[in-house]
Amino acid sequence: MTWDWTVFLNDDGSGRTYLQWMFEAWRWTLAVAGASWVIAVLTGALVGTVRTLPNSPWVVRIANAWVELFRNIPILVQLFIWYFVVPRVFPFFQQVPGFLLVVFALGFFTSARIAEQVRAGIQALPRGQRYAGLAMGFTTAQTYRYVILPMAFRIILPPLTSESMNLLKNSSVAFAVSIAELTMFAMQAQEETSRGIEIYLAVTALYAVSAFAVNRVFAFIERRVQIPGFIVAGGTGGH
Amino acid sequence: MKKHLLALAIAAVAGGASAQANDTVAKAKASGVVTMGVRDSSGALSYTLGDGKYAGYHVEICQRVIANLEKAAGRKLEVKYQPVTSQNRIPLVQNGTVDIECGSTTNNATRQKDVAFLPTTFVEEVRIAVKANSGINSIAQLAGKNVATTTGTTSVQHLRKHERGAGIQFNEIYGKDHAESFLLLESGRADAFVMDGAILAGNIATSKNPADFKLVGEVLSVEPIAIMVRKDDAALKKIGDDTVRELAKSGELAKLWDKWFQQPIPPKNTKVGYAVSESTKAAWANPNDKPMEEYAKK
Repeated sequence: MTWDWTVFLNDDGSGRTYLQWMFEAWRWTLAVAGASWVIAVLTGALVGTVRTLPNSPWVVRIANAWVELFRNIPILVQLFIWYFVVPRVFPFFQQVPGFLLVVFALGFFTSARIAEQVRAGIQALPRGQRYAGLAMGFTTAQTYRYVILPMAFRIILPPLTSESMNLLKNSSVAFAVSIAELTMFAMQAQEETSRGIEIYLAVTALYAVSAFAVNRVFAFIERRVQIPGFIVAGGTGGH
Repeated sequence: MKKHLLALAIAAVAGGASAQANDTVAKAKASGVVTMGVRDSSGALSYTLGDGKYAGYHVEICQRVIANLEKAAGRKLEVKYQPVTSQNRIPLVQNGTVDIECGSTTNNATRQKDVAFLPTTFVEEVRIAVKANSGINSIAQLAGKNVATTTGTTSVQHLRKHERGAGIQFNEIYGKDHAESFLLLESGRADAFVMDGAILAGNIATSKNPADFKLVGEVLSVEPIAIMVRKDDAALKKIGDDTVRELAKSGELAKLWDKWFQQPIPPKNTKVGYAVSESTKAAWANPNDKPMEEYAKK
């Protein structure tokens, strides 16, 4: 096996090197993943919370339908539907850039999974927490805001870390709808340069670095928001 | 994706042990097996009939080569088919997993450093497909337009190089396979689809409304497509060269072209309807393994 790492310094024909192209591709990967993450967490938190609301059966049903719709269809199929099918049915979507469609597809797909975690986190709390909030004279919204959600979010931080790392890796499907991200760069550049192994190794390293960075950020947040004695080892919740 | 990466990993591991696998004739004599690399969907050059069976223009030429290899090895050989992809075909040939690759590989100078090619049997022309009513007739009119191509192909590279000469800018968008690139053009997300002429002709022929599309503009590049063997495998290269030369001289290649590109072919008995180009005829008249770069000089 002979290595040829200078391949990254070659011109791709349009005046930029493969290295520059790879970093552009990395930016696309991070942009897709970052934007989708914002949508996924906002929507996921909302839908997950709604699913635990007392006395609102219809809103709960709609939120349940959201989760089942977005987590039962493969992400690649969802992307394809957003990119090719929706614009045919609603011509307005032809004007929407592919980037936004991918961000929403990935964001909604991940939101269904985060919603499940949020629901599980809320339901893991003892019922007494809710009653305590009500006994203080809080409205339902205030109970969620000041009592339930702060505890639930601390509980779900570890699975949320995994989900965020998954989102970053899932962003590789964006290549299927013409986003010039890392996976697409790898497939295209290795064909143009015939140095696939070097290219794939470099791309692998960038994915690993990015996902590990997400992991470290979450580990930091977890340490900062930790309340000693709140989540007991063994996972019995906040008793 | 996973398959490609796995193959690359295997290739990387096996790369160190490739030295002893260089002589296919000796290997075939000893094992009675020869492995043919094939593509699942390289148009009529190489495609699957399902059930582990493969057919096509290049597959059939390879079968002729293997028939001569049998004579050289002096025994009946079992032919194993190994599907390959754009990503893994060169490592698999280098490390000995595949003895002879019969897909649709462009013979270029970079690849000649890693592998050897038999004489060119097919010369592909890279063309531009657009919607018939788009008003686009040349490369210059692609300025500011969305140009689709398929991820993992070299076609758009030619346009990029061309672009610099003509001083025009365009947006590259990539479909993940040819069908999807064509869908980009069909759905209006792309204004043009740049790809090998045979693939464009095939996609247009099978589209809902073939009259809506046309091939326009200059030929962006010509690419000699050839059968690939291991470098330093002089014995097999000689057998292959002789076989292709013989087929070209006897007019057999022209017959094979007619069979695969002009007549209905299995499994659906459809016609590709792709006429043999002048550059392909030239390659047959004067068999050679010159890389793409030498064609460009003309």
